[in-house]
Amino acid sequence: MIREEGRAEARAGWGFVTPALLLIGVFFAIPVVSAFVLSFTDFDIYSIGDLGSTRFIGLKNYRDLAAMPLFWTALKNTVYFVVVGGPLSAAVSLAAAMAVNSKLTRFKPFFRSAFFAPWVTTLVAVALVWRYIYHPQYGLLNALLGLVGIGPIDWLGNPHTAMPSIIILSVWKNFGYNMLVFLAGLQSIPEELYEAASLDGAGGWHRFRHITLPMLGPTFVFVGVVTMIASFQIFSEPYVMTQGGPLKSTTTLVLLMYEQGFRWWRLGLSASIAVVLFLLTLAGTLLLRLRRSETR
Amino acid sequence: MSARPKVLGFNALLVVASILAAGPLLWMISASFMRPGEANSSPPPLLPSDPTLEHYRALFTSLNLGRYFLNSLGVAVGGTLLAVLITAMAGYAFAKLRFRGRDSLFKALLAGMVIPGQVAMLPMFILLREMGLINTLFGAMVPVLAPIYGIFLVRQYALSIPDDLLDAARLDGASELRIFRSVVLPAITPVLATLGVFTFLSAWNDFMWPLIVLSDDSHYTLPVALANLAGEHVQDVELMMGGAVVTVLPVFLAFLFLQRHYIQGIMAGSVKG
Repeated sequence: MIREEGRAEARAGWGFVTPALLLIGVFFAIPVVSAFVLSFTDFDIYSIGDLGSTRFIGLKNYRDLAAMPLFWTALKNTVYFVVVGGPLSAAVSLAAAMAVNSKLTRFKPFFRSAFFAPWVTTLVAVALVWRYIYHPQYGLLNALLGLVGIGPIDWLGNPHTAMPSIIILSVWKNFGYNMLVFLAGLQSIPEELYEAASLDGAGGWHRFRHITLPMLGPTFVFVGVVTMIASFQIFSEPYVMTQGGPLKSTTTLVLLMYEQGFRWWRLGLSASIAVVLFLLTLAGTLLLRLRRSETR
Repeated sequence: MSARPKVLGFNALLVVASILAAGPLLWMISASFMRPGEANSSPPPLLPSDPTLEHYRALFTSLNLGRYFLNSLGVAVGGTLLAVLITAMAGYAFAKLRFRGRDSLFKALLAGMVIPGQVAMLPMFILLREMGLINTLFGAMVPVLAPIYGIFLVRQYALSIPDDLLDAARLDGASELRIFRSVVLPAITPVLATLGVFTFLSAWNDFMWPLIVLSDDSHYTLPVALANLAGEHVQDVELMMGGAVVTVLPVFLAFLFLQRHYIQGIMAGSVKG
C-alpha cells in the first residue's frame, strides 16, 4: 500500500516537472551546448539554406576573433561598462536604500516607489527618452548644465562621453531593484547593534563602516553577482541610443554578437563571441564567490 | 541642532532626488502632448504650450501602433499564463513530491541560472527556424515560459505547505492532480501572483529576442516597433515620446496597482541570497 502510494507520488512528481524540463531542455540547455558546437563551425548564410553545408573548422573562429580589432574594442567597452557601471549602480542603490530606511524620512513608501519606478519601464522606450535628454542642442541635460555655465556637450556624439552617458542611463534605470534588495538587508540588521554602538559613542560613519557594511556582506555578493551577469549582457542601450558608435566606443560584446550573427549571418563566428561572454560571466561569478568565502 | 530642520532638510533632499528619478518619465509624458517641433527649441520647454493629441492619433492610425500593442499583449499575457502554470507545477514537485533524482536535478537547474540567455540565442534561432516558429508570437514568448528563478521561488514558498495536509488528502483518495488543484494552488497563490507580475514585465519589456525572432513587420512587439520607428523618425521627438508612453504605460499601470507584489517579491527573494 505505502509503496504503491510512493510510486504514484513519484509518477506525479516526474509528470509535474516534465513540461518545465522539456522547455528548459529544448529552448535553453540544448541551445547552450549547441552554441559551443556552433562556435567550431563555419555556419553562415549558406548553412541557413542548407544545414548540411556546415563544416567543422576547429578553432578558426576564435583565431579570427583574436585578429579582429573590433572584438577587442567590444571586450574593452563591455568590461568598462561592467567595472564602472556595476559598482556605481550598487553605490547609488545602497545610498537610496539607506535614505529610504532612515529614521528622518517621512512618507517612506512614496519615496520607495518613486525610486523603483524607472526599473519597471521598458528599456527601449526610456533609452529613446534619454537620447533626447542628451541632445547637444535641445536636450534637458545641457539646458540644466548651461544654468551653471557648463558648455554644451555632445554626450552621445563624443567617443569619450558616449559610454559614460549610457552608464548613467543604465544606473538610473536599474538602481531601484538593488535598492529594494539592500533595503531588505538593512531591515534585517538588529537595531540593538546600532544602539550599543551609539552608547559606546560611535559616530554615523563609524556605525556605517563597522556595522552596516559587514552585516550587508551576503547582500553585496548577491547584488554583485546579479548586477554583473546583467551588465555583461548590455545590448539594448547602445542598439537604441548610439548603434555602437561613435567610433565604435559603445559597441559591446552582445551588440557585436548580434551584428555578426543576425546582420551578416556569420553564426559560427557569432557563437564564439557567445562562448566568450559565457566564460567571462562564469569567471566573474566565481571571483565574487571566492572573495566572499575569503572574507568570511 | 534641533531635529525639525534636519528632518525637513533631509526630506527636501529626497524630494529633489525623486524628481530626478521620475523626471525623464514626466518629461516623456509632457513632450508627447507638444506640437511637432516644439521640444526642439532652446531652452527646451517643460510643459506643452498648447497640448495636442495629434501624435497619439498618428501612432494609432497611420503608424499601426494598435497592432503592435496587441502583439505585445498576446506575448506577455500568453507567456505569463503558461509560465505561471508550468512553474507552479515544477516548483511544487521539487518542494513536496518525492521522486528519484529530484535533488540533483534541482541543483543542475540552479547551476544553469548563471548562464546568460544570449548564449542560447543563436542555436535557438536556427532551431525555431527549423520548427517554423520564426515570426510567430509563440516564438517570441519562448524565453519566458519556464524561468528557473521562478521554479526556485515557487519551490521555496511551497516548502511551507504542511505534509500532513497533503497526506490527509491522499488518504481521502484524492489524485495527485486533484491535490495540486484544490490544496496546493490555493496555498501558493501569493507567490504565483509575484511570479506573474515579474513574468509579464520581462515578456513585455523584452527586446533582443523579439528583435531576432520577429522579422516581419506585422508581428513586431511594441519595443521592436518603437526601435524601428525611432530609426525612421529621428527628428519627430514628440511623436516618439508618444510611442514611448504607449509602450511604458501598461507596465507602469500594472506596477502602480500591484506594487506590493513587486516589492515583496524582490525583498523576499534576496534576503537568503
